[in-house]
Amino acid sequence: MTNTSTVVSEAPNEHGYRPFTLGGFRFERDEHFVHVQWPTGRHVAAAEPFLKALMRDVAWNFFYGTVNFDSVIGTLNHYGNVDLFAGRFNEEYRKAELDHSENFPHDDIKATFQAMLDDWVNEDFDPFAAPMETGSAYGEKSGSNAPAVTRTRIAAKRMVGLPNDEPLRSDESGYPVNRAFADVDQTEPKVEVNAGYENEVSAFNFFAYLSRSDVTWNPSVVSVCRDSLLCPTTEEFILPIIHGNDRVEWFVQLSDEIIWEVEDRETGKPRAKVVMKAGDCAAMPADIRHQGYSPKRSMLLVWENNSAELPGQIARGEAPTVPVTF
Amino acid sequence: MTTYKTVFASLDHYEKGGVEVINDDPKNYVFSNMFEVASQAKPWEKVAIARNQEYVLEAIRAEGTSSWRATPHDEFAIVVDGEVVFDLLDPEQAHVDPSSSGSITVAGEPAGKPMGKITAGRGHLALLPAGKCYRMSAQKPSVIVLQTILGPETVERWSQICQKF
Repeated sequence: MTNTSTVVSEAPNEHGYRPFTLGGFRFERDEHFVHVQWPTGRHVAAAEPFLKALMRDVAWNFFYGTVNFDSVIGTLNHYGNVDLFAGRFNEEYRKAELDHSENFPHDDIKATFQAMLDDWVNEDFDPFAAPMETGSAYGEKSGSNAPAVTRTRIAAKRMVGLPNDEPLRSDESGYPVNRAFADVDQTEPKVEVNAGYENEVSAFNFFAYLSRSDVTWNPSVVSVCRDSLLCPTTEEFILPIIHGNDRVEWFVQLSDEIIWEVEDRETGKPRAKVVMKAGDCAAMPADIRHQGYSPKRSMLLVWENNSAELPGQIARGEAPTVPVTF
Repeated sequence: MTTYKTVFASLDHYEKGGVEVINDDPKNYVFSNMFEVASQAKPWEKVAIARNQEYVLEAIRAEGTSSWRATPHDEFAIVVDGEVVFDLLDPEQAHVDPSSSGSITVAGEPAGKPMGKITAGRGHLALLPAGKCYRMSAQKPSVIVLQTILGPETVERWSQICQKF
């Protein structure tokens, strides 16, 4: 067993993959599955959805609230430290007392998860890509895909396209128009700037920018109004995590359609189905978990409140569950 | 090979989805459609379609020419239907308290230095910079989604625009 920094792993198994240990949890993968063990139970998950969920959890720094990989395994972000749990948000596991949760410093769990991605993602597989745009996650270990698993989340400081901010996407910069958005108009707005105002008179083709996204289910920040972040993303197939909200989150459907399955955050019991078509706006309350299904690649505007006050409000139970009452 | 058609909506053509309740209150989802909201709004009315504490997204029906407006913080306008021209002005005097929230109407023609002009079509996103003034115009009814903060001119009519049953 080796212990490099905070990452505890073993020699590769017969399939070529290293097992990892984090506290009382042990993770191992084979050709098809990931096996998770903890002091009171065990779980098995198909490798592809597990790695897609793991990828989002790492890239999003454990996101806002709960990242459920499936109905059993997941993480709960306390912003600085993170719970890794099994069965914590599964009513039957809790009744049977099979659930287990351990808290880790953010950097420790992130290092272990990143090491798992580095070792378990083969060279042909991109966990951020749509199913038809990636190779297989399955089989014996075959190389690695560092460029795919070390992507950082794009986050504009003020607005994409401004000087010294996140750049626009183009063929030349390696972002061709996605096959599903070939019909999206690429014409840029007409911007007439008087001398001295180059940093303030600015606009860009937001839909064209999204049409060139090379990832799915991965919001990136395009504009910042104090703590209000526009975080658009392109979606295809199924959101690889079931996101448990700790705060209100908003969705604005910019194109096409997504169907959201909404469940109670604590128990997983179904609460609603939210069908969103182009132009629809809907809030996700702070006491639910949700998973989206996008039949055709679509453009979704995720709108987040990134206020530094919110984690404290959430911890004290003061954050509102719904955005408005009427 | 599949040929994909991307579906955008407009004032003239939109289809609403909705909340299909299993065990919940649909009002929890504050569900509306920006084009339906804009189709029922007065020109340049700033109708909140999403709110997260003090922050809002507003749907604006753009038609004709707006008043000049001043914003204490950056705002961002997405044109989601039609075409809108944004004239930007660096005012000689401040028209808005920089610690306040939400843009406000400026009476008359503010004095100042023209900064430039943006002609934005569907899908274009424009910066409306903090401390500056802007005026919008649209020859045909168009729709803007504005990222801003709840202000004195934000209109909240949730019970009229959102799914209740």
